[in-house]
Amino acid sequence: MPLLSVEDLRVSFHTRNGIVRAVDGVSFTVERGQTVGIVGESGSGKSVTCYSLLGLIPKPPGRIEGGRAIFDGTDLLQLSDPQLNTVRGRRIGMIFQDPMTSLNPYLRISAQLVEPLILHEGLSRAAALDRAIAEMAAVGIPRPADRIHAYPHEFSGGMRQRVMIAMALITRPEILIADEPTTALDVTIQRQVLDLIKARQAELGTAVIFITHDLAVVSEVCDQVNVMYAGRFVERAPVNELFTSPLHAYTRALQASIPALQTKGEDLYTISGRPPDLSRPIPGCAFAPRCETETRDQCLTDRRPELVEKSPNHWVQDCPGCLGPLRGNPQS
Amino acid sequence: MTHPKLDRSFEKGASLGRDAWLRLRKNRLAVASMVVLIAMFALCFIVAGWFPDPNAQNLTNKFASPSAGHWFGTDHLGRDLLSRVLFGGQVSLLVGLVATAVALTIGIVYGSISGYASTRIDDFMMRAVDILYAIPFLVLVILLKVVIAGEMDVLSARMTTDWGWDADFVGRFANIVPLFLAIGALGWLTLARITRAQVQDIRRREFVEAAVSLGLGRLRILFRHIIPNTLGTAIVYTTLTMPGFIMFEATLSYLGLGIEAPNSSWGILIKEGANYMETQPRLLVIPALFFSITLFALNFLGDGLRDALDPKASKD
Amino acid sequence: MLPFLTKRLFQGLIVLFALFTITFFLAKAMPGEPFTTEKNVSESIKENMRKKFGLDQPVLKQYGRRLANFATGDFGISPRKNRPVLEIIAQSFPASLVLGLGGLVVAVGIGIPMGIVSAIRRNGWIDHGAMAFAMIGICVPAFVIGPLLQSGVAMRLDFLKVAGWDQPIDILLPAITLGLGTAAYLARLTRSGMLEILSQDFIRTARAKGVPTGQIIVRHALRGGLLPSVAFLGPAFAYLISGSFVVETLFQVPGMGQHFVNAAIDRDEFLLLGVVMFYGFLIVVMNLAADVVQALLNPRVRLSETAAAD
Repeated sequence: MPLLSVEDLRVSFHTRNGIVRAVDGVSFTVERGQTVGIVGESGSGKSVTCYSLLGLIPKPPGRIEGGRAIFDGTDLLQLSDPQLNTVRGRRIGMIFQDPMTSLNPYLRISAQLVEPLILHEGLSRAAALDRAIAEMAAVGIPRPADRIHAYPHEFSGGMRQRVMIAMALITRPEILIADEPTTALDVTIQRQVLDLIKARQAELGTAVIFITHDLAVVSEVCDQVNVMYAGRFVERAPVNELFTSPLHAYTRALQASIPALQTKGEDLYTISGRPPDLSRPIPGCAFAPRCETETRDQCLTDRRPELVEKSPNHWVQDCPGCLGPLRGNPQS
Repeated sequence: MTHPKLDRSFEKGASLGRDAWLRLRKNRLAVASMVVLIAMFALCFIVAGWFPDPNAQNLTNKFASPSAGHWFGTDHLGRDLLSRVLFGGQVSLLVGLVATAVALTIGIVYGSISGYASTRIDDFMMRAVDILYAIPFLVLVILLKVVIAGEMDVLSARMTTDWGWDADFVGRFANIVPLFLAIGALGWLTLARITRAQVQDIRRREFVEAAVSLGLGRLRILFRHIIPNTLGTAIVYTTLTMPGFIMFEATLSYLGLGIEAPNSSWGILIKEGANYMETQPRLLVIPALFFSITLFALNFLGDGLRDALDPKASKD
Repeated sequence: MLPFLTKRLFQGLIVLFALFTITFFLAKAMPGEPFTTEKNVSESIKENMRKKFGLDQPVLKQYGRRLANFATGDFGISPRKNRPVLEIIAQSFPASLVLGLGGLVVAVGIGIPMGIVSAIRRNGWIDHGAMAFAMIGICVPAFVIGPLLQSGVAMRLDFLKVAGWDQPIDILLPAITLGLGTAAYLARLTRSGMLEILSQDFIRTARAKGVPTGQIIVRHALRGGLLPSVAFLGPAFAYLISGSFVVETLFQVPGMGQHFVNAAIDRDEFLLLGVVMFYGFLIVVMNLAADVVQALLNPRVRLSETAAAD
């Protein structure tokens, strides 16, 4: 039985400009210790997917329209806020994109680090502080016993993300949700933070849901990858499979736009156009307007494509248009 | 993560102003406020002309109840209350407009220069604003009004004798203008601070650097490229200051330091009404209602404009 | 912290000096003098009076002498009241202080909780109700609220007087009248400050940690959310305790507010300068207090300001 099983999750935002279907029928599972990636452009609904699991989307305007998220036998989507508080920060930890704004600038690091321990484990302040200092050391912050009493603005961006990781893992959660944890960091720091997450995961056996727009990052950390577009998954495969034989036009386009994978001297490949407006109903294939396959005119127009299992454990949307060969691109 | 809501404004490709107008139109409270304000201006400046002289006394018809002849009844001197409220509104609304125009001009120019000048000049100019903040506004306006009124006497004497203007008109004019100027001349402090912050933000943007690299002069850049971009905030702030000025005139007039007879304003009417509030509450309530409705409308319109022009700052 | 304080104190002195200069010359620019409105005063008596108060000397010389006097705490004598200015202030300030403190209690007690609750229950009926109240507080002036309270409340309740300043209970209605506008403003300021903070990423972090809502408000949001209100409360407090002419007149409170207006009308530049400088002093002190509280609340300001002052 998987640790977390999300089935047909639907989330929408009821705004002045209409109903935005940010997440439109998403299913996936997370096994113990596994790293599951969710990749997509900004606005594709990948963050909303994870936020809604923990009740972190603002309501209103956000609303969970349907689906289930079974974690250890309970449906997270049905829990009240106080009930969720026994899961959040205790059994499911979370780190965010921007470490500069994700820590409370008005409170010392120590106060923020001990908070989950005092709340969830009933530790005394002194005991919690000892654990927090140990956790700071574990994420590679030098002189933790002194630094822990500093304020966030006295830390660099990379160090703050280390603090965030320490804070999320301090209660030894079963799942860590990492929402673009390296996007806001310098390239050299990105590597260190990725390595740190991998190392901590290996030590603690935590499962990780890794949200990113960067396919290159996915290839390094994930076991299983979900590619998300316009509120739906277009493809799901183990990481190697996805990189060696991507099926959906969007996945292939994403791959083609990784600079490191391209021949030197050639123009960088970019996906033309913009993601669709999610406040209008999309009757067929959402990727059709940007699809650059030879078979693009076969894209579905009468129904939304569904995920089908093309080969064992490799799922892709059954839109015939998006599965054809790319036009004039030798890579496919 | 981008909020799905923010993506849309991009897609339409509408200009900022048009987009703001569309947002404003959706805000029912702001639209209602706009209608109320237009109606209030029309009532006080156009419709008022059809009503009887607000100063015509009729001592045989004191405290008359509302009737066909006097819709809101009459006051302690038998004057038509509706007519007095509408003519009084002229002065109150004018105070708002004139004082705001004066404050807007000074505030934008001062704030822009401060925001665009070197740090040293900027520091000095902002310290000066701090100092003016420390003076009790009421005292300063009274002092300034008295000083301006002294000059005004000389001017009004010339108007009547040399230019042959109507003495009655000049008298009313000489009574009102110093107050307008005094309020406006001191009401720009907050606006200057806001404009300065805006300018400091804008001057770092690309299009200003582009203008600099094109070799445009500093003043030209300031007036052609920077100041126009601060106007949005200024407009919002204006609708929120105007009620303050109207209120301030009312307070001064209430204290007997503002407008003098035969001019009147809502402040004076409220003061007169307060004397009879136990027996004739209508005399207090009606002017207070007109006054408060106008202030409500201005404030709601200002809030709506702020939300419309700066969707990020809107808190709903 | 100490360099920051000395820097602010120094700035305060400059403000007071400039305040003195502006008020002095504005007062001099006013037509008339303290004695003109008194009836039947012969020219020779006026001449003597001018001499007595030093008004016969060149303006710049008067300025220098009065400035020196003020620097040593000598506020001079009011020619109109024929009493030392400091004595007049000392006599009237306590009533204004008490009334102002009452107003402050009303303003803070109503405004801040209302703003916090509105922000938490954003767009709910509590929020709409509170903001409607705030709008009324801002749009309905004290000189309307005052009479309404007098006729609507005081005349119906035996233990409340319409006006007067004898028993402790007499503070109630004027304090409400005085504090309501500030309460309304505070409510709006607190609400937007709290909303600003509640939309920050670190609040989401706290929620993701499983911190209960109440603790999020108290521990994570309040500090930052109240910063704008604290900055506003400094000068607002100085304004409240220096006496409101309208409220004090309405309820016949023997406070300091009357002197601001009457001194200006009477051309009593000695008293005017005295009360204005006293007010300026209060403003400077209160702003300083607000700065200190803000620095205590906000670690970033505390450190950067200290660094800048070094």
